[in-house]
Amino acid sequence: MTALLEVDEVSKSFGGVQAVRELSFAVQGGEILGLIGPNGAGKSTLFNLINGVFTPELGRIRFRGIDITGKPPYRIARHGLSRTHQIVQPLTSMTVLENCTVGACFGRENLPLARAREVAREAAVVVGLEDRLRMPASQLTIAGKKRLELARALSAQPLLLLLDEVLAGLNPTEIEHMITVIRRIREGGMAIVIIEHLMQAIMTLSDRIIVLNSGEKLAEGLPSVVARDPRVIEAYLGDPALAAELHEASPA
Amino acid sequence: MLRRPFFWIIALVIAVFALAPAIGNDVQMRESLLLAAVYITLASNLNLMLGYAGYVNFGSIVFFGLGGYICVYFVSAQNWPLAAGMLAAGIAVSALAFLFGLGVLRLRGAFFALSTIGINEAVQAFVSNFEPWGGSSGIYLSAEVFQPLGGPGQALWIIYFLIVGVMGLSLFLSYAIKTSKVGLGLLAIGQNEDAAAILGVPTPFYKALAYSASAFLPAIAGGLYFFKSAFIQPSDAFDLSLSTEAMVITMLGGQGTVTGVALGAYLYEELRGFLLTSEAFSHFQLVIAGVLLLITVLFFPSGLMGWIYSRFPRTQRVLE
Repeated sequence: MTALLEVDEVSKSFGGVQAVRELSFAVQGGEILGLIGPNGAGKSTLFNLINGVFTPELGRIRFRGIDITGKPPYRIARHGLSRTHQIVQPLTSMTVLENCTVGACFGRENLPLARAREVAREAAVVVGLEDRLRMPASQLTIAGKKRLELARALSAQPLLLLLDEVLAGLNPTEIEHMITVIRRIREGGMAIVIIEHLMQAIMTLSDRIIVLNSGEKLAEGLPSVVARDPRVIEAYLGDPALAAELHEASPA
Repeated sequence: MLRRPFFWIIALVIAVFALAPAIGNDVQMRESLLLAAVYITLASNLNLMLGYAGYVNFGSIVFFGLGGYICVYFVSAQNWPLAAGMLAAGIAVSALAFLFGLGVLRLRGAFFALSTIGINEAVQAFVSNFEPWGGSSGIYLSAEVFQPLGGPGQALWIIYFLIVGVMGLSLFLSYAIKTSKVGLGLLAIGQNEDAAAILGVPTPFYKALAYSASAFLPAIAGGLYFFKSAFIQPSDAFDLSLSTEAMVITMLGGQGTVTGVALGAYLYEELRGFLLTSEAFSHFQLVIAGVLLLITVLFFPSGLMGWIYSRFPRTQRVLE
């Protein structure tokens, strides 16, 4: 069986900076893959390469066996790949429902407007925004906007969801709520790749972890194994707080 | 669509435009409403780009001018009937706009706005040197072209009704697009184009589609307008000040709304008529338009319709 997503020897540089270097990995259907690494390790760049915002200089990316390398983002979205943004990108003067309807209309199913509104409403319920459907996106709190990002991505009914730091900037209660939501989504069978700095969260959520450092894969494996990898600990030593958190979060 | 009240509001506006001058055979009112209908057509179609997709098209008048030339040329030199000439104008200009749009709409913001002025200037320069279209002296129509329409007197009425029809179609088009999936995609592009693309909106195609759609009816209106004048020359056909007026109207009425833009166009035409005929303000209308635009942008960024929506929230459910 072929993997859902295959990233094959992908490289991308900006000027003289090699953001991603000959990186390969695969995502299987239904799994949660955690992506960690110090700031500037190339995690968000990798998302931008996968969903077509950037084109890799070398290497191929296949989704469901189809080569999507260099295709524009709107084509890739149609194939069933959705994402959230680290810096939220709401369609500000449109309502929560309209934001989600855009996702549903132009997502994997390419739904007509009326049906899309139903799917959008269901997605809003999943993330807990059902009481704010008519609110303009600009009036949501930051936690609300993070949820909207997720609801909009879900509305597209994707097969693979890329989550870029959906927990950043949330308080502990909100984080707990978001983790419950992510678990619920996963139970529906959707595969998820998640970038996160909160070690506790990502270690418990992920089935597998990939550690990036300077655009290269440093380690890959079960959360418990990765957290004890000396190379990983060394990479994080530049950031003592994160290193401590990594140590703390590693399941005994 | 037939069950929506807004559909019937548009139908009512068309009926009033058609009947008001016809009942008393009021030629003066007809001429004033004809200009209002042209303004409504230009502004409503500009609104598809400016209000929906968020692209500032400064050179939208090129559709009107080019449509005028194509129609007048086929009617005069090829002896086509008016209906064929105006349809040819609409289809040709719309197709050209689609092709241009796929290229030019890669530009964003100020660069796109500048390129639209460039397109208008380039087309004007081309037409000024294009001998089959009379170069810089333009094309005159002989009075004979009005014969198939029953002579000049009757022809002016027929042209008026056709222009009112084009205005009505413009309003229906704005409304239909706004309440459709394409409209939702365009509004998303207007808010945040990158986010829209990531959500799956096929941005290049949708933008080119909106650009092309916004060219069709203005081109037909141009055909009718210059057929009525029986004369067309480059400086009239590609007059950037008319483009600017369409922008002022769209901002003034409330970009992105159908009602606001139509209302803005009507009010602007009335004001313009008053200023042109008043002794003190004659030839002052563009200055006033500029001041109006400034006031709107500074104090009422969502225009007349935005003010009405916030004052009477219920209107939001009926007036698009």
